[in-house]
Formats: sequence, C-alpha cells, structure tokens
Amino acid sequence: MSLALERVSKVVGGQEWIKDISLTLEPGSFNVLLGRTLAGKTTLMRLMAGLERPTSGAVIMNGVDVTGMPVRKRNLSMVYQQFINYPDQTVYENIASPLRLARLPKDVIDQRVRETAQMLHIEAHLERFPLELSGGQQQRTAMARALVKDADLILFDEPLVNLDYKLREEFREELRELFKAKHCIAVYATTEPNEALALGGHTAVLHEGELLQYGKTPDVYHRPKDILTAQMFSEPPINIVAGRVTESEVTFDESVHFKLNQDLSGLKPGNYQFGVRASHIGLVPHADDDLELTVRVDLAEISGSETFLHVRSEQFELILHLSGVHEYAVDQVVKVYFPTHKIYVFDSTGAVVHVPTRLGGR
Amino acid sequence: MNKVENNKAWFLVLPMLLLVAFSAIIPLMTVVNYSVQDILGSSAYFVGTEWFKDILNDSQLQQALIRQFIFSFTILAIEVPLGIGVALMMPKKGWRASLILILVTLPLLVPWNVVGTIWLIFTRTDIGLAGVGLRELGYAYNITRNDGDAWVTIVLMDVWHWTPLVALLCYSGLQAIPQAYYQAARIDRASRWAIFRYIQLPKLSNVLVIGVLLRFMHSFMIYAEPFVLTGGGPGSSTTFLSQTLTTMAIGQQDLGPSAAFSIIYFLIILAVCYCFYVAILNMGRDKNTSQPR
Repeated sequence: MSLALERVSKVVGGQEWIKDISLTLEPGSFNVLLGRTLAGKTTLMRLMAGLERPTSGAVIMNGVDVTGMPVRKRNLSMVYQQFINYPDQTVYENIASPLRLARLPKDVIDQRVRETAQMLHIEAHLERFPLELSGGQQQRTAMARALVKDADLILFDEPLVNLDYKLREEFREELRELFKAKHCIAVYATTEPNEALALGGHTAVLHEGELLQYGKTPDVYHRPKDILTAQMFSEPPINIVAGRVTESEVTFDESVHFKLNQDLSGLKPGNYQFGVRASHIGLVPHADDDLELTVRVDLAEISGSETFLHVRSEQFELILHLSGVHEYAVDQVVKVYFPTHKIYVFDSTGAVVHVPTRLGGR
Repeated sequence: MNKVENNKAWFLVLPMLLLVAFSAIIPLMTVVNYSVQDILGSSAYFVGTEWFKDILNDSQLQQALIRQFIFSFTILAIEVPLGIGVALMMPKKGWRASLILILVTLPLLVPWNVVGTIWLIFTRTDIGLAGVGLRELGYAYNITRNDGDAWVTIVLMDVWHWTPLVALLCYSGLQAIPQAYYQAARIDRASRWAIFRYIQLPKLSNVLVIGVLLRFMHSFMIYAEPFVLTGGGPGSSTTFLSQTLTTMAIGQQDLGPSAAFSIIYFLIILAVCYCFYVAILNMGRDKNTSQPR
C-alpha cells in the first residue's frame, strides 16, 4: 500500500494551513513529520486520514483516488498526544474493540489481542481499566489498539509528548523494532529534531504549511536544501554566520578569516551565509584546519549531562553543544574551535551551495 | 513570634455555631420534641413512639407514600433519558448554542406556583390551549374529574419544568469530552450508538449522579405545582406527601403526628438518596474510579 498526496492544500478561514504539498510515501516506510507547532503536521495527518477534505489536490492510496472517501471506509489507525481509550472498558476490551467492529471470530480476536499486548508489554494489565494504569501504560494501550487491526496507515500525532524523558527513549526504540516487521505506512509527527533522528526512516520537514524537504532522515539531516530546513532540523538550531568569500579566503569579519580549503575551493567570491552545527564546535581543536576563535560567554546552560554554551564575538553569536558539564562565568573569555571542514554554505537566497563531506555523528 | 496558649479560638467558632443552632438544630429539635409528646393547650404528655406507630399504620399516608414513589420514579424514568437526548441534540458552539441554551433554561427560571398557574390556564377546557384543543379533537379531557388526566398533566408539567436541568447537566458533561475521542471513534469505525455507549455515557456518569439525586429530592418534596393545578384531586388521587403533611399540620392542627410524619419523611428522603448515591457510585467503581497514578 502506498500513499500519495498530490498538490494538496488546505485553507481554513482564509488562512492556508497546508500549502500545495506533494508527497509520496512508500509501502512499509516509517515517516516522520518534523516541524514546530503550527507547521501543519496535524492538519496534514488529518488530510491523510480523511478526517478532513483538502481544499484542492488529491489523496491517492494504492493508485486509487480516495480524496472524498470518509474515514470510516478507510483502514487506518491513529494514536494521539492525549491517551485516548474507552474509559469503561478493560485494556483487553479496548484492544479488541477495532477487531470486534470488524466482526472477526472470537478466537482470532483473542490471539491477536494477546500478541499485540505482549509486543507492547501490557499483557499483565489486560483485565485492568485504562485509568488504573500509568500514563505510559495508557499510551501503550492506545498504541496496541492502533497496531492490532493491521491498518494500511498508522498515524502517530506526537504520541510521546505527555510521557517522561526516560519512557520516550524506551518507546522510540520499541517503535522502530515494531515497524521493522510491518508492511503498513507509519507517519509520526514530532516537534523534536532529535526524535526524528532517533526514529530514522524518512523525514518530511514542514514549516508554516509548506513541505521544505522530504527524504531519508540522515540525508535530510546531513544535506538540507536550504537554511530554513537546516534550522528546523537541528536542536539547538544550527549556527549561522554571515561572511564573504574572496579569491583565497573566507572572512567572517576583519579579525576572523581563514584560507579556502579544498572543500570550499569551488565557491565563487561573494557574500554567503555559513552554517555550523552546535555540536561541531569544540573547546579543543579536532583538526589542523580548525579556526581558533576568542569569544565571551553569554550563558552556560547545563542540561543533565550536556552543556549548551552561548557565546558571542564582536560580530556574531554561537551556540556550542558540549557533552559533559562545563561551568563558565558570564563574560568569561574562552577559546573555541570552529571546524572549517564541517561548514555548510548557503547563498544569499538561503539555498545550500556546499555541504561538508567529512561528517561524523551529529 | 510569641505563641499565646489560650482557648480564644473557640470564640471565633461561636457565631457560626449559634447560627447553625438557630437555623437547623433548634427547629429540628422542636419537631423531635413534638413528635414524642401529646400537647393539649398548656399541658403536654410524653407519649413515646405512639405517633410514629399511628403514622406508619395510617392507610391514607401509606397511599400518599406509594403515590409519591410512583410519581418520583415516573418522572425520573422520563426526564433522565429525555434530558440526555436533548443534551445530545444541542449544538456544541456558535450563536445557535447560546440561543438554544437560553431557550432550554427558560422553564427553570419560572417560580413553582407560577408553573402551576401556567398549566392551570393551559389545561382549562374553556380557554386553555391544551384543554380546548383536546376537546376539539374529541377527547373528554378534564383534570378535575379524571384521575388519569390529572396524573398525566402533572407528570407532563414536571417534565416540562425540570428536564432542562438534566439536559443542562448533561450538556456540560458532554462539552468536557475532548474532540480527539470522537475522532478516534470515527477512525475505529465505531457506530453512533457505540460512541454514545462507550464514550459519552461513561463520561456522563458523574453529572448523572447529581442529576438523579437533585431530581429525586425535588420531586419527592413537590408541593406548589400540583397544589395549584389540581389541589390534590380528583379526590386524593394527586395528593402527594408534602400536601398530606400540610393538611395534617395546618389544616387539622395535629402537631404530634405531623412532627412524627416530618421526621419519617425526612428519613425516607435521606435513605433513598443515600441508596442512589451508593448505587451509582458503585456502578462506576467497578469500572474506572481509581485515580490515575
């Protein structure tokens, strides 16, 4: 089963919520919709599900136009941000409900319910009621309900937002495993770039109703087609520094410049914007061609075992994503090392003109 | 800060205690006092439980009690499902919702005896819309002669007056259900009935407890409306408990038996409400009452 959106738009009250999106999802693929709130993730899912009709454009399933087909006639399931279960039915009955509505024989239902419950580790709670369970278990029940019915399309609308950090990591790993054996299309909406990276598969980056880029998740991450995509798909956002390329040098400002290396030698002279990921700037040099910058600390944000170091020079600001806890005083002068071979270069319109070739990790 | 050890705090509770004493305890004790004594002029004799025995064996009162139960359960059986139905049909938002809300609430704002008067005029066979209309249709409608007519009219009057309360409670309960539930049900391909049975009804159970309790208490104490409409007749066919009590206490000045009757009346309401409360609460408890952890 494949799903294609063809030039789909959705206008609500004069506002374009979805702007002319074309997207083809392959059978058996796991797709992440990445975007901030109001990017159109949920609307796009509702269009895919048939809960809403696109203002223009078509939704094609397996080559058949299903644009006007009501959701009741489609075979799909959805998991929400809230934990949605039937409150007065047990976990078992909840999971069985889609199968009962499909009028399957009792023994088949029983077998599938137990299998699915086992996959999601809730087999011990089948006789309990949803509200007697923890949030994570309630969401597992909702996921089991979505997975049990062998839907062609499964939609996850930020399902892990209301769970704690540890549970989210656990879930992500399980989800990837669960879908390896499935042939359905999974669509997963999230606001977190790191969640998209952890889930893998394909990623569609959305921004204000527009589809910026779609492709394999690592490809989109490593080769964003423009500044906006790079900014949307990085947490903390990629550092952007304006600069000039001359015959032999890259200049950020009077004092900061470096020789054009092999990677950048193809660039024509002119004004560019240079992007570098927060995790690529270090406190110690990693390569010979790293550029040493002397900057002042604005803020050292310590989050668990990581530190986000906000620094500024005369002309620009940078964020460093460091592992480990680093304490700095405000206005303290530090030296940071800017990796000149891990630079993204965007032209004045924002389109990417150079992607670093030597990439490792995030 | 220095702590002063004394019992001055009790003085702060005193006004409230006095207030409760005057408003509730003293009047209630007067009734208890009357119920165990025979008072003739200035002399009183202690009679123990004699009045209570008399009251419980009085066939007129037994019939009024039976009538009262039939009435209360009839209107509950009509108003609760009807109220849920009305709530389900009301629009969820927009100006229509506000308009319908006002229209539905209107009967609740009418004072009891005015409701009785409205229906008295409405059912008059010379000028009332319903009375004349039914006669024109060939039905010999007469609430002062036919027991059945009187009953049906009183039940209809109560349904008209109080169904909006149940509907309002259910409407607020329905508004509290997140849209995602309905969406999920559509995706599950659940029928309209399944949505009602497995999503709306469970989420309504809490407001329904309040609705049933309020309606039971109200209807069990009904006085003004039937008094104005039928005066308890024809005969005593629509004489409910409170009217029987009033006749006994004020009409006949049988203060002792009336006091005993009042206490029994009060205890019945208390007991039935408690039963409802426990029953409905337990209905939920089997299913889903434990708080999320």
